[in-house]
Amino acid sequence: MSVDTMPFSRALNAGMRRAMQSDDHVLMMGEDIGRLGGVFRVTEGLQAEFGDRRVLDTPLAESGIVGTAIGLAMAGFRPVCEIQFDGFVFPAFDQITTQLAKLTNRHEGRMPFPVVIRIPYGGHIGAVEHHQESPEAYFTHTAGLRVVSPSTPNDAYWMIQDAIASPDPIVFLEPKSRYWAKGEVDLAARALPLHASRVVRRGTDVTLVGHGAMVTVLLQAAALAESEGISCEVVDVRSLSPVDYGPIVDSVRRTGRMVYGQEAPGFTSLGSEIAATVTEQAFFSLEAPVLRVSGFDVPFPAAKLEGAYLPDADRILEAVDRALAY
Amino acid sequence: MTDEADHDPALVRVLAADGTFDPSPEAERYLPMIEAITDAELETFYRDMVTVRAFDRQATNLQRQGQLALWPPSFGQEAAQVGSARAARPQDHLFPSYREHVVCTIRGVDPIDIIRLMRGLTHGGWDPTDPKNGNAHIYTLVLGSQTLHATGYGMGMVLDGRTGTGDPERDEAVIVYYGDGASSQGDVHEAMVFANSYNTPQVFFLQNNHWAISVPVSTQSRVPLVRRAAGYGMPSVRVDGNDVLASYAVSRLALDEARSGQGPRAIEALTYRMGAHTTSDDPTKYRTSDEEAFWAQRDPIARMRRYLEGRGAAGAFFDDVDAAAAAYADDVRVRTNELGGLDPAGMFAHVYTDPHPLVEQQRQWLADYEASFEEGRA
Repeated sequence: MSVDTMPFSRALNAGMRRAMQSDDHVLMMGEDIGRLGGVFRVTEGLQAEFGDRRVLDTPLAESGIVGTAIGLAMAGFRPVCEIQFDGFVFPAFDQITTQLAKLTNRHEGRMPFPVVIRIPYGGHIGAVEHHQESPEAYFTHTAGLRVVSPSTPNDAYWMIQDAIASPDPIVFLEPKSRYWAKGEVDLAARALPLHASRVVRRGTDVTLVGHGAMVTVLLQAAALAESEGISCEVVDVRSLSPVDYGPIVDSVRRTGRMVYGQEAPGFTSLGSEIAATVTEQAFFSLEAPVLRVSGFDVPFPAAKLEGAYLPDADRILEAVDRALAY
Repeated sequence: MTDEADHDPALVRVLAADGTFDPSPEAERYLPMIEAITDAELETFYRDMVTVRAFDRQATNLQRQGQLALWPPSFGQEAAQVGSARAARPQDHLFPSYREHVVCTIRGVDPIDIIRLMRGLTHGGWDPTDPKNGNAHIYTLVLGSQTLHATGYGMGMVLDGRTGTGDPERDEAVIVYYGDGASSQGDVHEAMVFANSYNTPQVFFLQNNHWAISVPVSTQSRVPLVRRAAGYGMPSVRVDGNDVLASYAVSRLALDEARSGQGPRAIEALTYRMGAHTTSDDPTKYRTSDEEAFWAQRDPIARMRRYLEGRGAAGAFFDDVDAAAAAYADDVRVRTNELGGLDPAGMFAHVYTDPHPLVEQQRQWLADYEASFEEGRA
C-alpha cells in the first residue's frame, strides 16, 4: 500500500528524508532544526538519522544561514534552509534577493544554485508579533526566485522533494496552520508537477482562487455556498512564481467570475497580479470584475484580532455575492 | 589617522618605506618564509604590480573616454593583492569584492572579462569553475556578501573532506577579500561567526584602504580592525599592505594554517586607495593632499623596485617590465574597442536554469515587437 495518512508536517519530514536518502549532498540547515527537530518539529529525527554534518543547527543568524547556503551550493551541495518564522526572514532578505536570486544569471548559467528556503508562514495560530505574516509578494517580485506553497500533505511530500531537486532557488512557503492537518499521501506517485495549479473542487458559478492555508478557507466557503445553491470552483495556485494560469483562466472562462482569497495584504499582492492577468486573458468571459479578499493593509495585528484581520469563509462569500450581483 | 602606517608596533613589515630590508619585530616569525622566496618570485611580484597598475590606468582612461560605465581603481593596493594572491595554492578558492583586479588576473582571469563587467556587458563575466580561471570567483558589489559565500564554500570543503587531511598538496582553503567599509556590514560578522563555528579553512583578507568612498575608517571602527577577529576566537595579524613581501608571508602562513585544519584566520592589510573609490568619485572633496603625499611615499611599487635595485637588479629588467605592462594595457584597449554589442534576448537567458514561462513569454514578446519594426521597413 503506497498511500499513507499523515499530518502535513510529517509529510514534509518524510519528503525531506527521502531527498536526503537519495542524494548525500542534500543538507538541512537552520536554527533549532537538529536536536529539537525545529520549533514545529518538521525536521524531527533527521539529525539522528543523517548526523550533525547533514542537519546543521546553525548559529542564530538568518543572513548567515542563507549566505553560507549559497557558498555550499557553489561547492556542490543542495542546502535546505529553515527560517524559523515568516517575520524573521528579513535579515536574510538581502542574501535571498540580491545574491541567491541573481547568481545563476550573474554566472551566465555556469553554476546552479539549488537552494531551498523553507519558511513557515501565515496566521491562524494566535501567535505574537512577527510570527504570522505572509511575505510572499516580496519574493514573487524578485526575478530568479521560484516561490511555491503546498496546501495538502500530499503536495507537501512531493513539492518539497521537487523543490530540493530543482536547480533553481526556491522559496518554499509552508502554511503553518496546516502543519497538523492530516491527509492522504501517495508515496509512489506525484499528482502534479511542482509549478502546476490545480482545480480542487468543481463548480460552475464562481471561481475561487488562493494559495496555502487560504485554500482550506475557500473550500469551506464553497461548501457553505453550495447550501445556498451557489456552485463554486476552487483552484489552488500551488506555485506562486511562476503561476500556472491555465487551470485558473480555463475555470474563469467557464464561470465568468473570480474571487481571489489571501491572508497577505492586498496592495501589490499575488492576488493583484493574478487578478490583472486573468482580466487580460479572460476579459470577454468575465461577467464581473475579478475581486480580491485579502488581509488588510495594516501590520499583522495582535493575535486577539487575527480573526478580524484574516479573511474567513464569510468574507469570501460576501465577495461571491458581490460578484454574482453584477 | 596616517601615523598608524609607520608607528603601529604590531604591524608586520619587511621592507621599509624606502625599500630597505628592515623587518619589524612582528615580522620575525615570517622571515624563513621570506628567505625562501626565489629571485624569480620576487621579480614576478614586481611584474604583477606594475602590470596591474598599467591595466588600472588604462581602464580608468577607458572609463573617462566613455568606454566603461565605471571603474574601481586598484591604484595603491597592488602589494596587498599580489602578495595574498601569490600566496594561495592552485587548489584554493578566492572570493573577491570588486577591486581585486590583480588577484583575479593572477589566477588566470582574462582582464577583458573584468572590463566587460565594468562596461556593462555582463553581471559576472567569467566562469569560476573553468580551470583557466584558477578558482577565482566573480566580483560581488553588495558589500560583504561574498564573505558568507566564502564561508559556505569552506563549510563544503570541510564536509567533503577536501581540507585538513594533512596533505598540503591537496588540502584546500578559501580566501575572501573585503574592505574597511564592508567590515561594518552584518554579513562580515555573521561570516566570522559561522567560519569559527564550523572551523572553515578560510582567510578573511581585509584591505583597509582608509576610505569607504568618503567616509574614513575611523567612522567604521574605534579600534584597529584587526582586533575584531579576537572576539570571534580567530587569530589575526595586521600587515603593511604596501609591502608585497610581508603581504605574501602573512597570507601564506594564514592559508597554510587554515588549510591544515586549524580554522579561520584574519588579516588586516593596511594600505591606501591612491585613486578614487570609483571613477564616479572625487576624493579631493574629502581628503587632503598631505595625506595623499604621505601615502605616495609608501608606494608599493616604488618600494619593491628600490628593494630589487638594492639586490642588484639590472635596469634592463625594469625596462622590460615597463614595456610588457604597457603592451598588456595596450592590448586591453584594443580588445575593449573590439567588444561588440549585446543581443537584447540575452537578458532573458539564465534567469533560471529550468525554463520559466513568464520569462519565455516576455522573450518572445520582445522578439516579436522588434520584428514588427523590421516588417514595417520592408
